[in-house]
Amino acid sequence: MSELLKNIFRFALFIFVQVFVLFKVSPLHHFIVPYLYFLFILWLPFNLPRFWLTFIGFIYGLTLDYFTNTPGLHAAACTLIAYVRPFIINLMISQEGTDKNYASPSITSMGFAPYATYALVLTLLHHSFLVFLEWMSFGTFFFFIGKVIGTTAISLLLILLTELLFFRKEQFRTNTV
Amino acid sequence: MRNVFLFIRRYFNFLFFLVLQIVSLSFLFQYNKFHQAAFSNVAGEITGRFNEKYNGVEYYFRLKGTNDALVKENERLNQLLKENYEAPGQLNKLMTDTLMIDSLKKIQKYIYREAKVVGSSVSSQTNYLTIHRGSSQQIRPNMGVISPLGIVGTVVSTSPNFAVVMSMLHRQYTVVVKLKNGGERGKVEWDGTNPSFVTLKDIPKSAKMNKGDSIVTSETSSLFPPGILVGTVNEIVEDKSSNFYVVKLKTATNFFNVQYVYVIDNTQFDEQKRLEDSTRKKIQ
Repeated sequence: MSELLKNIFRFALFIFVQVFVLFKVSPLHHFIVPYLYFLFILWLPFNLPRFWLTFIGFIYGLTLDYFTNTPGLHAAACTLIAYVRPFIINLMISQEGTDKNYASPSITSMGFAPYATYALVLTLLHHSFLVFLEWMSFGTFFFFIGKVIGTTAISLLLILLTELLFFRKEQFRTNTV
Repeated sequence: MRNVFLFIRRYFNFLFFLVLQIVSLSFLFQYNKFHQAAFSNVAGEITGRFNEKYNGVEYYFRLKGTNDALVKENERLNQLLKENYEAPGQLNKLMTDTLMIDSLKKIQKYIYREAKVVGSSVSSQTNYLTIHRGSSQQIRPNMGVISPLGIVGTVVSTSPNFAVVMSMLHRQYTVVVKLKNGGERGKVEWDGTNPSFVTLKDIPKSAKMNKGDSIVTSETSSLFPPGILVGTVNEIVEDKSSNFYVVKLKTATNFFNVQYVYVIDNTQFDEQKRLEDSTRKKIQ
């Protein structure tokens, strides 16, 4: 399957899983909302230009927003992590040329620890911004901190489960091809 | 001039990012104020279709709860039938009015229209329901929505075949209510923590209130007919610093499995609103 087709498929799948599975889970606690959909942005290929990355982030967030009737909320958070993503990747890539030899960020291409840090930083950023926008109209500072931590913990657990269940084999590409 | 272009080219990505942020934030704050966003008409129609497909499956699992709610409502309505009541004395006789004008039609203030719920959420801070009835089926924004068991919310936006209802479980939602026993008025809000409970405020401490008392919609709420159940008193929180009760209410509607709702059309809503608005303008 081509990279483009794969990502279009993922786009729809992540949105539907988020809207019709994770948002339907009855709330465990008011700090915890299970978020997984932004993993789509973390999995986008390395060689995507930054302009398109930011733009895809915006469109992706807006699509989810129209399902939850909060136009702009998820779009703002997704645009932010899509924009910041290349900076984090540059910091986390241990070996020269990883972004040329592999298609997209994963445990195989980046190594476990750098990939985990990459996921943690972007998850934290996404949730902080999202909860901050919610918090502007209501809640206390304690609520803000609690919700960011609770939601991030659940998200990281879900990301780990997804990575284990759907292990992505990354082909090593040499530049001789 | 050349430097300006160079600057834009150099920081194009950052500027593009800023533009997208501003666009999404303006969407967000505009929607919070007026509940109208760009393309929300088209988007509502599309997401409504997906929600409807999902609800086709979910509906079967909720049939039992839906049936129970409808039976309970039928029981309540049967209690109100004229045949159940008997006049205490021989002097009171039921007579048919011989007037030939159908006066009932003209003074009907509230019109009920049934609608199927195709999408709902309880897990977020701002919960909405999507119903399968829209502007082509006489639904307009600012209509009250009730379920067989109690009130649900208010219509905020419509597309041709679907409408979005702001649920009582929304941080911006308030509804004017009264005690069923005493008649003291207060308002109900949601604090965003537990979807089974809402908060009742502004009831003076002189009112008599017990656990389990019914709270119903008030005459002053122009969206709902008076006397529709909102919730029952679950816990009265002591607050020595104020003269008002803060009460935790158990919602009458079960928001987890609501499947059918009635949209209430107040035929005199526009007239009342116009009068109130023009008065407000005069005073200012």
